[in-house]
Amino acid sequence: MIGFPILSLITFLPILGMFLIMFMKKEQSKSIKYLTLGITALQIVLALVLLASYNYSAGGIYEEKSFQFIEKFKWINISGISWLGNIKIDYFMGIDGLSMPMVLLTALVSFVAALSSWNIEKSVKGYFALFLLLDAGMMGVFVSLDFFLFYIFWELMLLPMYFLIGIWGGPRKEYAAIKFFIYTLFGSVFILLVMIGLYFSATELMADGSRVHTFSMIALMNPANYSADGILSALNPDNLRLIAYIALFAGFAIKIPMFPFHTWLPDAHVEAPTPISVILAGVLLKMGTYGILRISYPIFPDITRDLMWYIALFGMVNIIYGALVALAQKDFKKLIAYSSVSHMGYVLLGMASLTTVGINGAIFQMFNHGTITAMLFLIVGVVYDRTHTRGLNDFGGLASQMPVYTGFVTVAFFAAIGLPSMSGFVSEALVFIGAFGVDSLRVLTIISTLGILLGAAYMLWTLQRIFFGPLNEKWASLKDLDAREYAMFIPLTIIIIFLGVYPSAMLNIMNSSVNSLVHFVTTTVSTTSLGGL
Amino acid sequence: MMENTNLYHSLSLILPEIVISVALIVLVLADLIFHKDKKYIPYIALVSILVAGYYTLIQYGTSGSAFLTSGKNTISLGMFAADSFSIFFKMIVLVSTLFIVFFSFSSEEIIKIKDRIGEYYALIFGMVLGMFFMISATDLILIYLSMELMSLSSYVLSGFTKLRERNSEAALKYLLYGAVSSGLMLFGISLVYGLTGSTNLYAINALIQSPEINLFTLAFACILIFAGIGYKISSAPFHFWTPDVYEGAPITITAFLSVASKAAGFALLIRFIKTTFVSYIDPLGMWHLLNVFDWRSMLVAISILTMTLGNFSALWQNNMKRMLAYSSIAHAGYLLLGLVVLSNQGILAILIYFSVYLVMNLGAFLVVMLIANKTGSEDIDDYDGLGHTSPFLGISLAIFLVSLTGLPPTAGFIGKLYLFVALVDAQMIVVAVIALLNSVVSLYYYVRVLKHMFLTKSVDETPVVSVSIPNIILVSSLVFVILLFGVYFTPLVDAAQSCLVILGL
Repeated sequence: MIGFPILSLITFLPILGMFLIMFMKKEQSKSIKYLTLGITALQIVLALVLLASYNYSAGGIYEEKSFQFIEKFKWINISGISWLGNIKIDYFMGIDGLSMPMVLLTALVSFVAALSSWNIEKSVKGYFALFLLLDAGMMGVFVSLDFFLFYIFWELMLLPMYFLIGIWGGPRKEYAAIKFFIYTLFGSVFILLVMIGLYFSATELMADGSRVHTFSMIALMNPANYSADGILSALNPDNLRLIAYIALFAGFAIKIPMFPFHTWLPDAHVEAPTPISVILAGVLLKMGTYGILRISYPIFPDITRDLMWYIALFGMVNIIYGALVALAQKDFKKLIAYSSVSHMGYVLLGMASLTTVGINGAIFQMFNHGTITAMLFLIVGVVYDRTHTRGLNDFGGLASQMPVYTGFVTVAFFAAIGLPSMSGFVSEALVFIGAFGVDSLRVLTIISTLGILLGAAYMLWTLQRIFFGPLNEKWASLKDLDAREYAMFIPLTIIIIFLGVYPSAMLNIMNSSVNSLVHFVTTTVSTTSLGGL
Repeated sequence: MMENTNLYHSLSLILPEIVISVALIVLVLADLIFHKDKKYIPYIALVSILVAGYYTLIQYGTSGSAFLTSGKNTISLGMFAADSFSIFFKMIVLVSTLFIVFFSFSSEEIIKIKDRIGEYYALIFGMVLGMFFMISATDLILIYLSMELMSLSSYVLSGFTKLRERNSEAALKYLLYGAVSSGLMLFGISLVYGLTGSTNLYAINALIQSPEINLFTLAFACILIFAGIGYKISSAPFHFWTPDVYEGAPITITAFLSVASKAAGFALLIRFIKTTFVSYIDPLGMWHLLNVFDWRSMLVAISILTMTLGNFSALWQNNMKRMLAYSSIAHAGYLLLGLVVLSNQGILAILIYFSVYLVMNLGAFLVVMLIANKTGSEDIDDYDGLGHTSPFLGISLAIFLVSLTGLPPTAGFIGKLYLFVALVDAQMIVVAVIALLNSVVSLYYYVRVLKHMFLTKSVDETPVVSVSIPNIILVSSLVFVILLFGVYFTPLVDAAQSCLVILGL
C-alpha cells in the first residue's frame, strides 16, 4: 500500500489546479494551458502508481476488505435525537477491478483532451478552470464508495459541462447545453430518490454494536443489513424494489445514453468543442454503465436477474438503431456520436449476460470505446480545425494531402469496426461470447451481430468519402499533423493496438472483481439473511 | 404578589421584543433630533439588531409562556411562547434584518431617499416587532395584532421610495390583497372563538375535542385562518400579490419580504397547527392530529399547487425580481412539504431549509441589487455578457442560483435533501417525485440567467459592474457559507436539531 491518500490526491488535484488558475492573470494563457496539462499528466502518473501497486487478485465489489487504497473517514456524523437516528455519511473511497480501468481511462482521456484544448482562445482562464472541475468530478465518481459522495461528484460535473458546451460550443450551443443539463438532472433526481430510499431501508453495524442508517454502497449490498419494514427491503412484501430499480436504471441510462434517452447526445456532441466531445464520449458515457455495474447490479441482484433480458433488449436496440442512424448521417461528428450510441449498446449487451466473459467484455468495451471514440472525435477536430466543415460530402481524396493523418484515421476506424488485432475486436468478441452463452439472450445476440456489419458499412463508407476518390480542389493546401496532434494520437494508437494484441493486460486487472460481481449477482438471495456475505 | 411575579416573568421573556420596541422609538426620535445629518441612523439600527440578537440568544435553554391567563381551568399557558423554536426563527429574522441594513448602505434606491432614512428604519423595526410577536404568538388575538403590525409597516415600505410608478402600484396592491386576507382571517378567528369560547390556542386545543363542536364550521374557520397566513407565506392560491409587489418594491424590501416575512409566516403556521391541532407526538416524532380537520390533505394539495405554479410561472419571466418572486413562491411550496409530513423531522427540514434559503436568496438579491445599481435595470436580457465583464458577481450569482436549484455541492442541496428525506421517511413517495420533477423545471429558469450572463453575447457594450470592498466581503461571505454548508452541514443540522422545541405538549 501507498503511504499517502492517493485517491484523494488524484481526485482533488484538478480542484487545486482550478484555484491556482483562478488566481492567475487572464494574459497568462500559455501558463494556464501548461498548468492544466501538467495536472492531467500528474494524474496519469498517479494512475500508473496505482496500477503498479495494484493487487490483481483482490475482488472488491461487495467486500470492503478486498478494496484497495481505501480511504474512509467520518464526514458527516450527526448524533441524532432518538426518533431521527444517526445520520452518518462517510468520506469513503477505494478501487477495485471495476474502477481501476475507469481511473486509467479518465486520466488518459483528460490528458489527451487537455492537449487538444490548446487552440482554445476564448476566455482561456474560465475554460481551463471548468475543465479541471469537470475532471475532478469524473475521477470522484469512479473512486467513491459512499453513495452520497458518489452523487455529489455525479452532480458536480453538470455545471462545468453546461458551461463548456454553452460558451465554447458551436452555433446551437445554448440549446444543446440546456438540453444536456435538463436531461441529466432529470435522470439524477431519480438516482437521488432511490438513494434516500435505500438509506432508510438498510442499516450498517457499527464498531460499538449499534446499527445506523448508511449510504455506504458496500453495506447497502448486504441483504442482511436490510430491515423488514424498509420500502426498498426485499424482506418487506410491499417493497418498491422493482420501481426503484427502474428509476435508478433510467437515471444511469440517460448518461449512457440508452435508447430512447439518447436524443441529447447528438446535439451535445455536435455543438461541443472537440476536447469536450472527447471527454463526453470518452469518459462521461461510461459513468452510466459504471453506475449500473457498481450500484444497480449488486444492490438489486434479484431484480437484475429478472430484468436481464430487457437490458439485453435495450442493448440490441442501441446497437442496431445507433448504427442505422449513423449510416444516414451527413455530418462527420454526428456520425461518430451515433456510433457511440451503437457501441455503448455492446456494453449493455455484455452486462446483461451476467457471465464473467460478458461482463469482462462490457468493462473492456467501456475502456476501449473510451480510447477509440476519443480518437475519433480528435480526428473530426483535426479536420474541422483546418477546413471548418464537417460535411461528409464536402471532402474527398484527403489521403494524398494528409497521409499520416489518414494512417491514424484508418487505425481508429478499423478499431471501431472491430478488426482483429485492435482492442475493439477483443471486447466485442467477449461480449458476444458471453451473451451467446446465455440461452435466453441468444436470439438478441444473433440480431446484435448485425451491428458489426452495419458498423463496417458506415465506417468504411466514411473513410471512402473523406479520404479516397478524387481530391476536392478546395483542400489542396491542407497541412498534415503537427507535433501536438502527434502527441494526442500516438498514445491512443499504441494503447488500441497493444490491447488488441495483448488484451490480458487489461482483462487481468478486472478479472477477479468481475468474478466476484458475477458470483454475487447470480447467487445472492435477497429475501433471506446471508449473515456472512 | 402572584400577579407581580407573573408580570416580571413575562417581561423577562419578551426582552428581545422590548429591545426592538425601544429601538423603534429611538429611531423615530433620532430622526427628529438629527434631521440635518442622518448618517448615524443606520448604525443605531445595526446596534439595536445586535442587542436584540444578544437578548434573543441568551433566552436559549429557557422556555416559558408569558402573560398567562388566570388559572381558572387546568390550562395555564399564556399568549406568548418563548422556546427554542421561536429563537431560531427570531434569529432568522434578525440576521436577514442585519443584511438588509447592509444592503441599504449601498442600494442606490435607498441612498436617493436619505432624508427619510429614519422613517425607513423605523418601519423596518415595526415589521421586525410584528414578526417577533407572530413567531411567538399562541393567542388568536395576538396572532392577528402582530400580523397587522407587520403588514401595515410592510405596505408602507413597499411603496416607500416613490421613485417609480411601480412603487405605488405595489403598495396599493399589497394593501388591497392584505386587507382582504386579514379580513378573512379575522372572520375565521371569530368563528373559532364562537365555537370554543376561547382565543388561547392551548385552550382551543383542549376544547375542540369536545363532540359538540361543529366540524364543518371548524374546517371553514381553519381554511379562512389559513388564507391569512398563506397570504404571508405567499402560497397558492393567495400568491397573486407576490410578483407585483416584489417587482415594484425597493429591492432591499423585496429581499426582506422574501425571507423574513416568509419566516415569520411559517413560524406562525407551524406553531398554530402544532399547538391547536396536535393530540400527541409519538416517540418517532410523528404528530398525531386531533381528528377535527384534515390538515395533511389540504397542505399536500396547496404545497404541490404552490411549487408547480411558482416554477412554471417563473419560466416566462424577464424581470429578475419577478423571476425571484415566483421562485420564492416555489420555495414556499417546498417548505410546506416539511409541514405536510407532520413530524418533528419535517420541522427539522423546514428549519434547515430556511437557514439555507436565507443565505442563498439574500445573496441572489444582493447581486441583483449591485447590478441594478450600475445598470439601472433588472431585466434578464440586460445581463447579457455580464459574467465576462464582471466575473466576481457573475460567479457569485451562479453559485446562489445553483443553490436555489438545489444542486450539490451547495447548501441548497442539503436543504432539499432533508425535505426529501422527511418525505421518503413518511412514505410519501409520490409527493417526493412531484417535488423533484419541480426542481428539474426550476433548473431551466435559473440557468436561463446563467445563459444570459455567460453564454449570450451582448449587443451593445456590456457595462463593467465594479463592486466596493465591503460588498465584495458581503457577497463572498454568503458564497462561502453556501459552499461550506454544501459539503459540511453538521453544524447547521445540529443547530436546527437543538431548536425543535415547540412549547406545549
